[in-house]
Amino acid sequence: MSQAATHNAFKAQLKKYYSIYAGGFIAFVLALALAEQMGMSRKWIGYWFLFATIALYAAIGIMSRTVDAAEYYVAGRRVPAFFNGMATGADWMSAASFIGMAGTLYLSGFDGLAFVMGWTGGYCLVALFLAPYLRKFGQFTIPDFLGARYGGHIVRSIGIFAAILCSFTYVVAQIYGVGIITSKFTGLEFGVGVFVGLGGILVCSFLGGMRAVTWTQVAQYIILIIAYLTPVVWLGVKHTGIPVPQLAYGVTLQKVTELEKKFTADPKEQEVRGLAKAAAAEAAAAAKDLPKATAARKATLEDQLAKAKASNAPDYVVKSIENALTAWPTDPAEAGVLFAARKGLAGNAGPPRPHAQPFPGKDEAAQNTARLNFLGIVFCMMFGTAALPHILMRYYTTPNVRQARQSVFWSLFFIFLLYFTAPCLAVLAKFDVYSNLVGSKFSELPAWAAAWRVVDPGLLTITDLNFDGIVQLAEIVLGTDIIVLATPEIAGLPYVVSGLVAAGGLAAALSTADGLLLTIANALSHDLYYKMIDPHASTARRVTVSKMLLVVVALTAAWVTSFKPGNILFLVGAAFSLAASAFFPALVMGIFWKRANKWGAIVGMLAGLGVCMYYMSVTYPFFRDLLGITAPIASYQWFGMNAISAGVFGLPVGLATIFIVSLLTPAPDKEVQELVEHVRYPNLLGDTLKTEAT
Amino acid sequence: MELTAKHHEYWRKNLLITAVLLIIWFIATFVEGWYARELNSITFLGFPLGFYMSAQGSLIIYVAIIGFYAWYMEKLDKQYGVHEGDLE
Repeated sequence: MSQAATHNAFKAQLKKYYSIYAGGFIAFVLALALAEQMGMSRKWIGYWFLFATIALYAAIGIMSRTVDAAEYYVAGRRVPAFFNGMATGADWMSAASFIGMAGTLYLSGFDGLAFVMGWTGGYCLVALFLAPYLRKFGQFTIPDFLGARYGGHIVRSIGIFAAILCSFTYVVAQIYGVGIITSKFTGLEFGVGVFVGLGGILVCSFLGGMRAVTWTQVAQYIILIIAYLTPVVWLGVKHTGIPVPQLAYGVTLQKVTELEKKFTADPKEQEVRGLAKAAAAEAAAAAKDLPKATAARKATLEDQLAKAKASNAPDYVVKSIENALTAWPTDPAEAGVLFAARKGLAGNAGPPRPHAQPFPGKDEAAQNTARLNFLGIVFCMMFGTAALPHILMRYYTTPNVRQARQSVFWSLFFIFLLYFTAPCLAVLAKFDVYSNLVGSKFSELPAWAAAWRVVDPGLLTITDLNFDGIVQLAEIVLGTDIIVLATPEIAGLPYVVSGLVAAGGLAAALSTADGLLLTIANALSHDLYYKMIDPHASTARRVTVSKMLLVVVALTAAWVTSFKPGNILFLVGAAFSLAASAFFPALVMGIFWKRANKWGAIVGMLAGLGVCMYYMSVTYPFFRDLLGITAPIASYQWFGMNAISAGVFGLPVGLATIFIVSLLTPAPDKEVQELVEHVRYPNLLGDTLKTEAT
Repeated sequence: MELTAKHHEYWRKNLLITAVLLIIWFIATFVEGWYARELNSITFLGFPLGFYMSAQGSLIIYVAIIGFYAWYMEKLDKQYGVHEGDLE
């Protein structure tokens, strides 16, 4: 059979298997829905989703086990464009995208769209600048390309360092997400949840490397997209009347805008905003002496109650204060949790942020800085996308250059399905909160709100600040994750859909963690061990080393995660800026400019990375504290740019440095020129160069 | 090996289409973002246009850019004899 016929038969088989799989998964969800009607408890539904999906991923991992290098590192280069697109989609969409994105958009309105644009538009750069050329080059890792193009171990080493730096910060965020989801939906402890999830990640990547990860990621994409779209479509039908709410939520957005205006002018809301400001200030000061603040709060409430009774205040006011008083804990530790949640009220001190309005700010200058920062985030997310090794690596796995190009198209298409839904979900959820939650009585809250405010005050806090027994907008504080987690309940769907959403979030976190861990382990085993330390190592030995490293890296990441590092979103953003500054200039100039040479790449990568890291360390509070910098942030900022967008400076510096240093040093030799020509043409007649690794 | 004039022309055409698509990408991203406030005064499908573009419109343009590039380059590969055979 010819190569093409084999490939087509393989593709037909894949289509059949994954169709059966998708059908089977839907049947599984329906069966659980039935079981729920017959009285299966929520806890068991959670367990079923958690363990059934992890067992499924493990089974795919076991079926795809391999010790062959090309299978282990690049899935045998047999992955058809369409399926590689799905795998890239799952690889790409992390816990943050799945669970956090809609909530971020809810809270920051238009300005949150910087992430939506950045995390999709970056694929244009992947398609135009990198994917086809890297595929033609066809080795195993991104440092491989840098090493071959620029020669010597120095460039490769910088590549290894940068790959590990950005992948590791990112993987910690994923494992954190796994822990949150498993603990929230099964009641397991955070630490146990982390290790259950880790088991799922390891069984898969450990046994079968890229091959197992690829086929698992396709399975995970199917679950995560079903899980994301189902509740949104339902909610969309409820509010817009049609099952494609992405096209119709403009009307809902108009209603939200009208409600915002109403809330801004409403005297009762204005009063509560003042109270929110005071409550937030009190909560912020409480940390200094928690026992005293706890008692003081109680005393204040008692005082208010006495006054209300003395002044013959209406019954509902007295009742509300009494409720607040009984609910207030005497234990300072418990009160600390409530105080922490009340700090969020600071965000309610002003009128609601107009959802559709870009770059709100108090004056023209503030608005322009906001706009600059918006574009800065878009810039960094885009160029970071086009430089993150775990994504670029996926385009080594297609059978040829043409399919690599098509595969970028499918990747973005599958990512687009989720990313154009997230802004819609944010608006629909906002409308629901504005029209149903606001104005309801505290004694008759919508079921989802009543349930979630008990589960976790960090996700949802509603405080009756003016004791009128009715919810005002300024009394609600939401955490970003609540939007996706509570959507099934907001839409009035059975609990089984909540379980489905948890399974989807888990799939998103696991698939991204898989890809990232593999990237780190490969950088160490293939690039460091095989290419630099022991070039004579046998295939089996290389794969074994890689597998061992995988476990070590995974455990290290889990260990770091167990400290629950804060600022996860910043870490993820930082990974993008770092990748954009370190990799993008050297990769792209290596393909498009023959004159770029080793010294240019060395100095350029270090300069880009250096500027980026410098900017972050002087403008980001965490690093500033570490370094003991006390001068105001503004005095270090360039153009008022935030730390997360440090790549805006790192990337151009990297490009310019490669250009200048390359011109000042000798041109690369003829072999390098031939390598560049080799990668530029999908098929060169008479080209004897063979770069594809097996 | 020596590249023929045809090879150079292929590469030039590749650079040209890359540049054109990159300009479209730039407009859909940064020009659109810069003027988002102004665009919002126009209503499109019930949305303020600036919001619509950032939430959906630009994304559709990105998908189209990549799809067009894959299609165009495949044609170019065949036309200039640098395609890879019949693997679909």
